Amino acid sequence: MRPAILLPAFVLPAFVLIGAALLAVPARAQESETPPLVHQHWSFDGVFGTFDNAAAQRGLQVYQQVCSACHSMKQMYYRNLAGIGLNEDQIKAFAAAILVPGPADESGQPTQRPALPSDHFKSPFPNDEAARAANGGALPPDQSVLEKAREGGPDYIYALLNGYSDPPAGMKMQQGMNYNRYFPGNQIAMPQPLHGNDVTYVDGTPSSLEQEAHDVTTFLAFAANPELNERHATGVKAVLFLVFLTGITYALKRKIWADVH
Amino acid sequence: MAGLHKSDFANPVINWIDTRLPIFTMMQKEYGTFPTPKNFNYFWNFGALAVVALVVMIVTGIFLAMNYTPNVTMAFDSVERIMRDVNYGWLIRYVHMNGASMFFIVVYIHIFRGLYYGSYKAPRELLWMIGVVLLLLMMATAFMGYVLPWGQMSYWGATVITNLFSAIPVVGPGIVTWLWGGFSVDNPTLNRFFSLHYLLPFVIVGVLFLHVAALHITGSNNPLGIDVKSPQDTLPFHPYYTIKDSVGVCVFLLVWAVLVCFVPNYLGHVDNYTPANPMATPADVVPEWYFLPFYAILRSVPNKLGGVSMMFGSILVMFVLPWFDTSPVRSCRFRPIYRQLMWVLVADALLLGAVGAHPPQGIWVVIGRVCTAYYFLHFLVILPFLGKLERPLPLPESISRPVIAGGGGGLPGGAPAKPMEKP
Repeated sequence: MRPAILLPAFVLPAFVLIGAALLAVPARAQESETPPLVHQHWSFDGVFGTFDNAAAQRGLQVYQQVCSACHSMKQMYYRNLAGIGLNEDQIKAFAAAILVPGPADESGQPTQRPALPSDHFKSPFPNDEAARAANGGALPPDQSVLEKAREGGPDYIYALLNGYSDPPAGMKMQQGMNYNRYFPGNQIAMPQPLHGNDVTYVDGTPSSLEQEAHDVTTFLAFAANPELNERHATGVKAVLFLVFLTGITYALKRKIWADVH
Repeated sequence: MAGLHKSDFANPVINWIDTRLPIFTMMQKEYGTFPTPKNFNYFWNFGALAVVALVVMIVTGIFLAMNYTPNVTMAFDSVERIMRDVNYGWLIRYVHMNGASMFFIVVYIHIFRGLYYGSYKAPRELLWMIGVVLLLLMMATAFMGYVLPWGQMSYWGATVITNLFSAIPVVGPGIVTWLWGGFSVDNPTLNRFFSLHYLLPFVIVGVLFLHVAALHITGSNNPLGIDVKSPQDTLPFHPYYTIKDSVGVCVFLLVWAVLVCFVPNYLGHVDNYTPANPMATPADVVPEWYFLPFYAILRSVPNKLGGVSMMFGSILVMFVLPWFDTSPVRSCRFRPIYRQLMWVLVADALLLGAVGAHPPQGIWVVIGRVCTAYYFLHFLVILPFLGKLERPLPLPESISRPVIAGGGGGLPGGAPAKPMEKP
């Protein structure tokens, strides 16, 4: 038996099968009748990507004035806002505008105090039960790492914020649910949070729905990956160093092996 | 016999130590002058790469453990604190997280090399079997490590995998309760998994020592799969293979660095960034990519005990492989049919991985069953018969005199090689 004949007979069909299997993988994300996500341009994309601080700061404004009414961001401290370009005074001022529980007064009654940069972001509800009670039984997820916890990441969040509409004719909606074409199952408890002109940006940028969605997504990406700028910069340096090291190591290997036959 | 070692080292301090404890002589013998076949290709890098991965995992793991809290109410937050507030915590954690994947990649390639070049055959059967033990230890360690961040996949993965033991007749449910330390995956489970996740890597180090010790008794196999015949066939390990391994280590670290710095979560699952919630099952519980082929085998059998047996059997079959492969020829280079079946097995394993990544519906069930059946067919049926039926190509006389250079098999290009007499 000649091996050359066996090769196509066995190996080719196997690889065709693999190819088909791998091509079929992306189909999985579409199982719940949601359209494919459109990739947006993000400042933090790619090897050299860094957060657009202006967008992230506008996103912070959207978070603070809209999202934080229901969503907590427990992993974040106010001091972390230095990561999107706020200086110390700005952070102090931002935190001071928010009241957090303070120590008990002399009669043992709870007090409130202005927040400090060293405080965690204030949660809108004292516990999950209160959050559910205020939101028709649905728990608004904590937004600290939300961007990393959803398939599609920033593209998904952006699409979801823009994905509200009236349900298609004939679709039976459950009590208190809203139609969103990007949400798995298309029925989401969260009412449409952004409509455009929900905030007046301090930098004067027109606050269209798309602009707000883009900005708040940038901020959520920062909250989930506060190390991203440093990580990308480290990566570029590490790759350049290792490429150089691989080169000289290989050259040395060639030199050492030159006399081996 | 007790007695001082006669050391050849000129440095008086080294000589003093070496006379009393000849570790320098040993290192010189095992890693300096150690005679190594001269014809290794880059597949022989992967054992060294696995050692590098193990060391990096242990070092990063020790620093993570300094900052991690194994408690169900604090584990997730403590990992986030490592990512945000510990100096270079994000780097340490992403290196460790992606390190598991890098470790499995190099070990799977290392195993492929052993299969392709017949490194499991006499006299290296025990070396191979110790390697299979290492694989099992690695899998246990990786599984328990994945539970520690206490995300949704951690919790539900732990629930699914520990529940497998309930398939064992009579004692199964009792074993599961004993593993959990309670009646569900909970704080005691997390505590013991953390303890064992810290312990097992050092067990791996111990077993790895046996693996390397056995290797240094038999000596390495090589791409031709023939024995070393004379000193001309070998080179001293240093500097020839220390430098060749270094090239591989550089490339390995490069790939690792790209993963860590640019796509740290690419190989993970998004659901593990949602804290564990015993009241909400994720839409689809899937293990990490390196377990997908085994997960596919598990789900391909309609019977739970059958599935669990087949899954463990897919690794246990490796223990008997040296005796099921009846061909005396080691390297695929001289086994024309087995060489192709070897690639079919690779395709089969990759397909099983794809099956494991998909919900068991429709065509995936069929592909999963066919691939599972073929996997066992390969080891238990094809290999024993193939060794008797296949006519191997002529083997070279020695490593330093390949068949082309000598008289034996030097045939004009294109003509089919004359089969050697069956040994």
